[in-house]
Amino acid sequence: MEKPGALVQTIEEGERIKEELLARYPTKVARKRAKQIVVARAAEGEALPQILANARTIPGILTMRGCAYAGCKGVVLGPTRDILQITHGPIGCGFYSWLTRRNQTRPVSDADPNYMPYALSTDLQEEEIIFGGEKKLKQAIDEAIALFHPKAIGIFSTCPVGLIGDDVHAVAREMEEKYPGVNIFGFSCEGYKGVSQSAGHHVANNKVFTDVVGTLEKPKRGRFRLNILGEYNIGGDAFEIERLIAACGLTLHSTFSGNSEYDEFASAHTADLNAVMCHRSINYMAEMMEKKYGIPWIKINFVGAEATAKSLRKIAAYFGDAELIAQVERVVAEEMPAVESVRAEVAERCEGKLAMLFVGGSRAHHYQELFAEMGMRTIAAGYEFAHRDDYEGRQVIPSIAVDADTRNIEELTVGPDAERFRPRKTEAERAALEERGVRLGEYAGMIPEMPVGALVIDDLNHHEAELLIERYHPAIFCAGIKEKYVIQKSGVPLKQLHSYDYSGPYAGFRGAINFYREIDRLVNTKVFSLARAPWDDSPELLGSYAWS
Amino acid sequence: MLLRHTPIEISARGALTINPAKTCQPVGAMYAALGIHKCLPHSHGSQGCCAYHRSALTRHYKDPVMATTSSFTEGASVFGGQANLLDSISNVFALYDPDVIAVHTTCLSEVIGDDMSQIIAKAEREGKIPRGKRVFHANTPSFKGSHVTGFANMVQGMVSACATRSEGPRRHVNLIPGFVEPSDMAEIRRIVEVMGVRHILFPDTSEVVNGPLTGKFRMYPRGGTTLADLTRSGDGLFTVGLGRAASTPAAKLLDTKCKVPCEVLELPIGVRATDAFVDTLRKVAGVHVPEALTVERGQTVDVMADMLQYFHGKTVALAGDPDHLLPLAQFLADLDMRVLYAVTGTPTGPRFERRMREVAGGDVVVRQGPGADLFLLHQLIKNRKPDLLFGNTYAKYIARDEGVPLLRMGFPIYDRVGHQYFPIVGYRGALRLLERMLNVILDQQDRDAPEESFELVM
Repeated sequence: MEKPGALVQTIEEGERIKEELLARYPTKVARKRAKQIVVARAAEGEALPQILANARTIPGILTMRGCAYAGCKGVVLGPTRDILQITHGPIGCGFYSWLTRRNQTRPVSDADPNYMPYALSTDLQEEEIIFGGEKKLKQAIDEAIALFHPKAIGIFSTCPVGLIGDDVHAVAREMEEKYPGVNIFGFSCEGYKGVSQSAGHHVANNKVFTDVVGTLEKPKRGRFRLNILGEYNIGGDAFEIERLIAACGLTLHSTFSGNSEYDEFASAHTADLNAVMCHRSINYMAEMMEKKYGIPWIKINFVGAEATAKSLRKIAAYFGDAELIAQVERVVAEEMPAVESVRAEVAERCEGKLAMLFVGGSRAHHYQELFAEMGMRTIAAGYEFAHRDDYEGRQVIPSIAVDADTRNIEELTVGPDAERFRPRKTEAERAALEERGVRLGEYAGMIPEMPVGALVIDDLNHHEAELLIERYHPAIFCAGIKEKYVIQKSGVPLKQLHSYDYSGPYAGFRGAINFYREIDRLVNTKVFSLARAPWDDSPELLGSYAWS
Repeated sequence: MLLRHTPIEISARGALTINPAKTCQPVGAMYAALGIHKCLPHSHGSQGCCAYHRSALTRHYKDPVMATTSSFTEGASVFGGQANLLDSISNVFALYDPDVIAVHTTCLSEVIGDDMSQIIAKAEREGKIPRGKRVFHANTPSFKGSHVTGFANMVQGMVSACATRSEGPRRHVNLIPGFVEPSDMAEIRRIVEVMGVRHILFPDTSEVVNGPLTGKFRMYPRGGTTLADLTRSGDGLFTVGLGRAASTPAAKLLDTKCKVPCEVLELPIGVRATDAFVDTLRKVAGVHVPEALTVERGQTVDVMADMLQYFHGKTVALAGDPDHLLPLAQFLADLDMRVLYAVTGTPTGPRFERRMREVAGGDVVVRQGPGADLFLLHQLIKNRKPDLLFGNTYAKYIARDEGVPLLRMGFPIYDRVGHQYFPIVGYRGALRLLERMLNVILDQQDRDAPEESFELVM
């Protein structure tokens, strides 16, 4: 297996390609993009290259990015099944975020609520844009409560809502008074906030933290209780993780937010550990829960069989129980043979091939694990909406300059809860854990784990993608739906790592097996060899005309 | 049940739309602009709009959908989007070199009141638009109409920006195909070519969003109406617009702007509507209908006659765009089928309802505009279950819960292929609709028939 620090190309080669990527840009664009492209270097002892991230998208550039609404409603809140979600705005935003992210959910019984197949919108018309939409929003909430009888309602603001001055928070408060049994909260996730989906994650974290978490004292039974943060159950990933967590004897209190319920969020402060999958979208919640309730967090990753084993061990080490540690080892030992046999089989056909990953705020990092397990090499990777800490590690956070776009997103000041703050670990225990390699509240980022020489590109755009394909002709390119057919037209298979191309799960041990097989199928397919017709390569006429 | 919270009792709603039967204007505008050769559609607003529209169109076509965005930030939203659009125009021409940038607005830029003509004129003055290239816009506020309105506005924008009347002879017919699939646009073109009519078809998305896999990505595929042809549309002899909602504004503007007379017909779905199209074309272009087309027509009518027993009396629910629903309802009526419900989120005015009653009978339930949604359609279906349901992919949740077979039609279709390549317009398209309906009806009969009456010949 390729180890971090192995050379995928020389640093000089990487730098040369970087120059080429920048060559065609107008000066102003080139200056900015130059800071968003770096070449990975050996981490040991050397300073990591600094990358510009979470910066404004250049207008007119074919970007992969979406907006704050997508990050808030689509990513963070979308996967939960029993918070009734009303989009306040014209019809489009609610329509496009309707079931398109493949968040799976499994209500406990047929009688339990599941609002996910419903798209609710105030469908604002011109009249409301002129005279204000608050009245219509209130009426929509009345109608929604009469039809669905939900425990909780989230209101999601779209661009015009902020501009016409509708106060969704005031509406939420007023309607909550009218319906005391329903928790109603609004999100100021207008699409123009911030520079990408990332702003929406933050807005979502804040509101769920202030209005939901800690409102219900209902701890689950179990000795080792944890929340998993930043796992959205695309393609059933959360189901596989739930299976493993249960097999190890751990108690999963809640997942933010795949296959989740409102009550689990509301009582999440009663768990003893937050395990963070997608650092980008949910680290705010982890930090705030630690400050207010004393729950430490660790970074884990269930993408990749080795990574899954490592993460389970890390969780067990955190709880420090000998029987738990032994049980995790039993589970790993039981699961690994099946993984290993498929891995070995596909590695024969995949070894040495090149992969590129441009997706999200953590997947471009996590999925490198799976490719490495198959013997494939990551030649270029980058995030769509991450920050510098996701690339370089959390130690850079104090040095990240706060710009105007970031300042527009509220940063909550959180202190210990007067009654419920309970540090789960003493200072001595924390130090002992550190010593055993269990670092609390730490994420080292993508770059230290990348092969040396690989290109790291933030907010990749079409021009750069096209050039990368031309120069490297990788065996596989990972991105999303907008990029899928662009890349495949060039004869390179694209694996969607947002929607998984309507398959999965890819998390955990069984997920790893699915992924190995999937990538094997893609990189060894015969279909692309049909791209050229026989006569494309020999156009000269050899026979005579068949004419009468 | 997937839609377990939908009650059978229908209660009035005045503010809440649930499971919409429409989406917003810009996506229709983006689709229309893709039908211009070497055009890059540009979304003037937050980048989320562009991302959502590109994603929706890509999922529907399983083909590249290229478009750029002004990527508004909060600052742009407060101070106006001029700087973002000017930067966009420079960057787009420098990097992607299109012939045309077709800009559409969003709710954001509409609310802040960006003056698009003024910004584009400024770009022109500042030399940001290379010689021979064109930038034009259409206003497509999401808080009015629907995706169909956005399509109509962008097509009208093409006329407004490009169509020019010269002193030259008027020798061709303009054809505006409406918000239909690339396969449908190609079929309309084929019919006109078979009839030997000189024509300009715009927009034309065939071979843009249903392109071949060749091993080489082409930013600007072969298809699309050229800028030169758009300009020449002002010299047309006549304009035939198809689909009232999608094609009327452009057809009318060609009349007022360039004095090209027009007629707007229903989309040529089914035999009668195709007859009207072919007959109109015959008259305005002064041509005979070739035998080949009459044979196609006859073959379709032949299948209708042969298989009528399986269609007769079947009940149908329709969800979709108004331009599709009217001729489809007529076709179904010709097959002795009964439309129970017709629902469209696109606001249509009273004419649609009147016409629907004319073709489908007085007791058809028609709902249109804001508030007409799939939630309501589902409730209607719970009250009386139809034999067939026409709708987009989202209708499959209803289909599964209620056990009603779904025939996919309209936008978006995320879960099947075919619409990109096989038309539903024209006589051939009608034949395909017949085949698809029969497959569903006969498969069901084969599955459910008692063993003793399992039929070999049907």
